Amino acid sequence: MNETMPYILCMILFCIGIYAMLAKRNLIRIIIGLSIAEYAVNLFLILVAYKSGGQAPIFDDRAMPPTSMVDPLPHALVLTSIVIGLATTAFMIALAIRLYGKYGTFDITRMRELRG
Amino acid sequence: MISPGTIPLFVAVPLAGAFLTALLRRVKGLPDALGVMTTVGTFAMSIFAVLSLLPGQRMLLDIGSWGPLADMGRIVGIQLALDGLSTFMLVVVNFIAFVVAVYSINYMARFTSKELFYTLFLLMVAGMNGVIITGDLFNLFVFVEIASLASYALVAFGTGKRELEAAFKYAVMGGVGSLLVLLGIILLYGNTGTLNMADMSRWLAGHPGSEALRNLVIGLFVAGFGLKAALVPFHAWLPDAHPSAPAPISAMLSGVLIKSLGVYALCRLIFNVFGITPQLSSLLMTLGALSMSIGVVLALRQWDMKRLLAYHSISQIGYIILGIGIGTPLGILGGLFHLFNHSIFKSLLFLDAGAVEYSAGTRNLKELGGLSRRMPVTSWTTLSASMSIAGVPPFSGFWSKLIIIMACVDRGLWFLASVTVLVSILTLASFMKIMRYGFLGMLKDAFAKVSEVPAFMRIALVVLALVCILGGLLLLPPFKDGFLGQAVSVLLAGRGV
Repeated sequence: MNETMPYILCMILFCIGIYAMLAKRNLIRIIIGLSIAEYAVNLFLILVAYKSGGQAPIFDDRAMPPTSMVDPLPHALVLTSIVIGLATTAFMIALAIRLYGKYGTFDITRMRELRG
Repeated sequence: MISPGTIPLFVAVPLAGAFLTALLRRVKGLPDALGVMTTVGTFAMSIFAVLSLLPGQRMLLDIGSWGPLADMGRIVGIQLALDGLSTFMLVVVNFIAFVVAVYSINYMARFTSKELFYTLFLLMVAGMNGVIITGDLFNLFVFVEIASLASYALVAFGTGKRELEAAFKYAVMGGVGSLLVLLGIILLYGNTGTLNMADMSRWLAGHPGSEALRNLVIGLFVAGFGLKAALVPFHAWLPDAHPSAPAPISAMLSGVLIKSLGVYALCRLIFNVFGITPQLSSLLMTLGALSMSIGVVLALRQWDMKRLLAYHSISQIGYIILGIGIGTPLGILGGLFHLFNHSIFKSLLFLDAGAVEYSAGTRNLKELGGLSRRMPVTSWTTLSASMSIAGVPPFSGFWSKLIIIMACVDRGLWFLASVTVLVSILTLASFMKIMRYGFLGMLKDAFAKVSEVPAFMRIALVVLALVCILGGLLLLPPFKDGFLGQAVSVLLAGRGV
């Protein structure tokens, strides 16, 4: 397992998510696809902060050199990004439930109000 | 007047308004009053900001006093910035928000839970103002998401089949756009080690070897913000989403949302962080010309009034991107002036379509006819907005299109100049169609009892129509130097900011 492997896996995960969004006809699966793509991006954000052998960035008496610390900022950013993702997912599921109430199906090809 | 300490108010005031309307929604009439007062407040502040900002000045505020760290030489905390371009955009966004809030008092009375409408509306305004004033890239992403989420919910506000479907489509496309933007931001952070835009542009200027990174990130940003701005390969959601929203929200979405989230953010990053290059310039011009021509051709065959207008939004965004993409002072002036004009006349047209729907009960042009006799105010304001969007002198749209064409000719881009003229003629044709089928001709019996819309809606329409007619005056020296010229010089300054 070399160093670039996690990044490649992360990209594959992202592509799986995009594929699910484009190819699936079920509303719920499209939402899951969006979530998968979101997780891939969040994972990538955490990977940016990774440092092999790095330690938690806490200043204390042992006087750890800053160069051996992991970058704390992406960890803060990823929390924000996860919360935003949660809001988007919750909203889209609410929409899917309302659409199910109108059409009685989750199949997007049977919703034809906006064709043309 | 405006000092650095008051910059956060542009976000804080609408945010407070949003939560107050949600809390106090039982009090009769208060949500209306709060909606109008909040937007009047932010509009007044943005006028003050224009007046108090010195030429070329950039007002900075470090949130939480996380100033520049001396030994690291970079800015750690979130920084808010106010310069010529931000104040220009603030004026545009908050003026339209104010007019739309006045219009909504009457229009939204037909919907249930009108209070929640104001909550979402003010959240959207807060998000847009945040995008404009922030100097931090991740902060920009957060504000983009706040505004987008509020707009998804507003598109679905009618909760009919159409609205829900359009909102779902919009949310998926918008979600993908946000992911691409976030990916670009992470890549930039991973390489530059900073999120501050000014720091980032300094780092990029100091590392000319980072071409591959630059191109990848610019590609991600063009796709991501292009999705938000509905540039042509990424436009599929707009003709569904914008007509499905309630009319005041269509006006906000087409008038300012696609500009502040899409055009402004993209131009800010390309010009002030990456620096414009000939390749980027031709990329922007190509995207602009494509959007311009494809949008107008698709618009010609529409019979739904709001759908027709939505396709024209794509086309007019093309004009703006083309003008800014030319990159000469004249081109940028034309692009930004067209951005201003488009936000005025497109909002007005959507509000007029809403007025027709409000009174006549339909917006299908095949069913309408002869409304000018029953609804003179709506008819006259539609006429002035149509003349403006089609570029008939002396309406405001003529001047901005003229400047863009002159800028094309100036650079020797004869082909683009002729495309611009042709698109303008097609635009005129499709607005003749609206006037002919909607307002002129015989009054149909079904509409014999139609009456003009209520007072607040009329006020909003007339105010916007006046700006449409008088907008050309902004090119006179006192306004041009203080208002438009300042915004142009920020983009021209490039990475120097």
